[in-house]
Amino acid sequence: MLRLVRYLRDYVKECVLAPLFKLLEAAFGLAVPLIVAQVIDEGVRAGDTGLITRSVILMVVLTVVGLVCAITAQYFAAKLSAGFGTRLRDDLFAHIMSLAQADIDELGGPTLITRVTNDTLQVQNGVFMFFRLILRSPFVVFGSMAMAFVIDGTQGLIFLVAIVALFAIVFLVMRVAIRRYAGVQAALDRIVRRTQENLDGVRSIRAFRREGAEQAAFGEENDALYGLQVAVGKVSALMNPLTYMGINLCLIAVIATGAVQVGVGTLQQGEVVALINYVSQVLVELIKLADLIVLLSRSSASAERLNEVFDTSRSMADGTQDASGADGSVAFRDVSFCYPLSSTPSLSHVSFEAAPGETVGVIGGTGSGKTTLARLLVRTYDASEGEVILGGRDIRDYSLATLRDACSVVEQDVRMFSGTIESNLRMGAGPDAPAGELERAAALAQASDVLASKPEGLEAAVEEGGRNLSGGQRQRLSIARALARKPRLLVLDDASSALDFATEARLRHVLSHDLSGTTLVVISQRVSAIRHADRIVVLDDGAQVGYGTHDELLDSCPVYRQICLSQLPEEEVSGHGED
Amino acid sequence: MARTEAASKGTVRRTMRLMGAYRAEIVGVAILSVIVSSTTLVLPVLSGRAVDAIVGPGDVDMLVVERYLAWMAAAIVTTAASQWMLTDLSNKLVYDLSRDLRTKAFAKIQRLPLSYLDSHPSGDLVSRVANDVDLLSNGLLLGLQQMLTGVLTIVLTLVFMMGLDVTVTLVALCITPLSFVIAAAIARRSYVYFNKQNESRGALTALVKESMEGLPTIHDYGYEDETRERFEELDEDFRAVGIKATFYASCVNPTTRFVNMLIYIGVCLVASLRAVAGLVTVGEITAFLSYANQYTKPFNDISAVVSELQASFACAARVFDLLDQAEVEPDAPEARELGHVEGDVALEDVRFSYVPGREVLHGITLHAEPGMTIAVVGPTGCGKTTLINLLMRFYDPDSGTISVDGTPVGDITRASLRGNWGMVLQDAWVAGGTVADNIRMGRPEATDAEVAEAARAALAAPFIERLPEGYDTVLEPGGSQLSAGQRQLLCIARVMLARPRMLLLDEATSSIDTRTELRVQEAISRLMEGRTSFVVAHRLSTIRSADQILAMRDGRIVERGTHEELLAKDGFYASIYKAQFESA
Repeated sequence: MLRLVRYLRDYVKECVLAPLFKLLEAAFGLAVPLIVAQVIDEGVRAGDTGLITRSVILMVVLTVVGLVCAITAQYFAAKLSAGFGTRLRDDLFAHIMSLAQADIDELGGPTLITRVTNDTLQVQNGVFMFFRLILRSPFVVFGSMAMAFVIDGTQGLIFLVAIVALFAIVFLVMRVAIRRYAGVQAALDRIVRRTQENLDGVRSIRAFRREGAEQAAFGEENDALYGLQVAVGKVSALMNPLTYMGINLCLIAVIATGAVQVGVGTLQQGEVVALINYVSQVLVELIKLADLIVLLSRSSASAERLNEVFDTSRSMADGTQDASGADGSVAFRDVSFCYPLSSTPSLSHVSFEAAPGETVGVIGGTGSGKTTLARLLVRTYDASEGEVILGGRDIRDYSLATLRDACSVVEQDVRMFSGTIESNLRMGAGPDAPAGELERAAALAQASDVLASKPEGLEAAVEEGGRNLSGGQRQRLSIARALARKPRLLVLDDASSALDFATEARLRHVLSHDLSGTTLVVISQRVSAIRHADRIVVLDDGAQVGYGTHDELLDSCPVYRQICLSQLPEEEVSGHGED
Repeated sequence: MARTEAASKGTVRRTMRLMGAYRAEIVGVAILSVIVSSTTLVLPVLSGRAVDAIVGPGDVDMLVVERYLAWMAAAIVTTAASQWMLTDLSNKLVYDLSRDLRTKAFAKIQRLPLSYLDSHPSGDLVSRVANDVDLLSNGLLLGLQQMLTGVLTIVLTLVFMMGLDVTVTLVALCITPLSFVIAAAIARRSYVYFNKQNESRGALTALVKESMEGLPTIHDYGYEDETRERFEELDEDFRAVGIKATFYASCVNPTTRFVNMLIYIGVCLVASLRAVAGLVTVGEITAFLSYANQYTKPFNDISAVVSELQASFACAARVFDLLDQAEVEPDAPEARELGHVEGDVALEDVRFSYVPGREVLHGITLHAEPGMTIAVVGPTGCGKTTLINLLMRFYDPDSGTISVDGTPVGDITRASLRGNWGMVLQDAWVAGGTVADNIRMGRPEATDAEVAEAARAALAAPFIERLPEGYDTVLEPGGSQLSAGQRQLLCIARVMLARPRMLLLDEATSSIDTRTELRVQEAISRLMEGRTSFVVAHRLSTIRSADQILAMRDGRIVERGTHEELLAKDGFYASIYKAQFESA
């Protein structure tokens, strides 16, 4: 957590002032019982109403000043923590943007969202509470103790013992309760999962008349949750009674010793009253202090998760060559790849090549490594072994910026970004491209009717992730985005899976006729999408099991034959191979 | 507005009725609350009396002091013990109540018609069963533990203070409203800013989610800087509104503390002046001061509890709403069990709509003789899935009849009808439990040998035998340890064992992995032998071997016949066939 202190550097003034004002408020608060003691010992006893009035006015003034101090402190704390959070988040986000995909995978992609949105807030909140309470609570707790020592040494000792004991109680109960509470949360998660599974399988459950069995299983989880809840309840139920006992036993001790001391004249009655007041202040602040410690430990766990991101530096080295002059020829030379957190390779020993303007088809089932192949082509990842060649050179030699202008990939799981259709297409076309160029790219990608269906045309709004567009619209727009870039290598990874057959056929026609200079890598599960490719790579479970033209593969590759048999009329497949 | 108020009143009353089942516990909670708040309040009186006996040097009545200290000790122990029992008792009450509510909600889901389940996001239902019940119980707990003691504390404090001195009490009473006014004013401001902050945070989160999920695309297009700028803009908005929201929220405590302090000082002033006049003792001043200290606290607690309770009643309303939904219409009283069937299935002019007025099946008529294979083909949304829903009686048709062996399905119990169908869907469902339990699902009385036999017939035996504990391997709900293909083989084994006469198959649209895929295909064709089968077909081989193909479009059967007949017709079927299976 300390490492993140650097984000406070623009708020040094606030960092000093916030706790200082907080301290002032606490000091004024502590002074009040002393004044009350004076009122009783001198004012009431002597019947000095003037002293009483003067003291009361003093108390009111102190209280008002205290309020002003408190509010000032809160403002500074709010300002510094919000500024801290924003600086931290900006930096974190920028850092994540600079990482390579392999680094992101290693950190855990989905966790990055919670790190940016949640963990930063957790730390920010920790900072806020720290500056509000770190001086105040200990100051009140130990200040009360110091005041007690000032009044009388023996009384101070009683305070010391009480504070240590109370602190131990609060801390122990909290620790045990928090640990057990994790168990409750896990049990609740199981309830959630069980219910979700039940709803997912509702048709099968009813088909097999399993409703009763499901209820029994749910009942067991539910009972387990109940048991855990009651058990945690028993522990946390101890907190209030124990601290109450502790603080009030301290009170008894203060009065008992006080009585003796007043009897021998070493203490005054008003001072006993003041001590009683301090006792009750201690308890309130002690509980706040324990809360703060718990909060800080949570924040520091979050800070840990953020530092993990900051400690990850980009693992992919940039090349120096300019890829803008490279032609679109592409080749895999004995390429293998294993994902960062996986032990089995997703792709092993794949080799193929394509001259500029040629088309390579890649076919295989789910999990056969097709998408991995696409990602290696555009250097989302680097191959673990072997070489990926573009324009006769290893793609690692090129600078990433120029490489990315030379090749585009369209994945099945298409990403659109909030903004407008135009802003999305401009990602590919660049900020200065004329609108006509965007429209032409859309026409090639069979997306003209998407534009036509929106009254605002190119200006039509795109919501987060493109959720206001259908799957087919998203796919066509993302193909348009890729085409707008005029790449020399275009990789389509199941990019037409959401299109109907007729549209897909038209798109296929455009790709093979209107983009003659562009090298195409078409990845699909459908034979119809790749059968006319110059060469086809057949993948099965990460391994290359066939390479050649459609006709060659029908003769030589049993896996390819099987795929074709399930998708093509038998007449087309037979006549090849053994029969 | 008035309506939601009435609804929420209904919710409160209903929650109370639920709690009525715990009458004994509630009486216990009430008694304990009275004990806790009165012993807590007696303490300052006792310590005040003790202080009164400590006047000055040589003027300390130790006997009196000791007597009051002993009383104090007794009060402290009583308070602590009753407080613990109070918490424990209310925990048990509320957790028991929420367990009960969860069981009811889950059981309710089992009885809801699919029309409800299909039209409500499952995440929402899950959250009602799990989170809403949880939030309700949190609110009720706070209510039970703090509301009663809070109110009692305020009332008793005033009574005790009145007992000590009326004038001083009136001073405290007069300043109190100030606390409410200030707190309400701040709360209003901070509520506005908190909403703004939440909005701003929502926008920020949406952008982060979008950017993280689309990171490869951002990298691909070199769009890092643009994305970062957008983020920084939103983050700056969040900072600006965050300062205000945090600031106002954090002002509540200091200001209420300020008002408390004013009450404290006011009490001190008046009490001291009256002490000078001899109307109040010094010990009574200390008692007053400690009352003044703690009497405002319950106000804060109660307002926190009230807002917590409001939130939890909103949750309760969502749970009750689920419990109030109409259930599946029960089987007709004269409905009979369907015994052994031949598998003759007929639909006569069946019409159906999910939403009244928007018919999705327009008069479907078909007849499948025992043992026939019917392949249903057509584009997405043509009504294929709806047909399955009607055959299984997940839904009932608006008009027309569906009959099995000549008996309309309305005259058959749902359970026995479903027992006669075997169903294999695309995403095969696996229950938590052993592999053997999963296979046995369709016929619980089957022996181990029969289970193994069915697995062999379904070609599932090889992978099951490779599992660490074979047939006794425990599967997670959802079967996450198995591959999609293995889950499907398991479901086929399940149907094999049940030996139904009629089958419903929903073929996978895309291949799973080439080798398992072949096995699944083989297992399915074994399964179909001699059974009446309806197949939502995607594979050419299945379609071609069907006895009859139904080509559906927009809720109508537009063509029917064998593959050759339909190709010769060169109509709708021929056109889908060409687009899908022949290349351009």
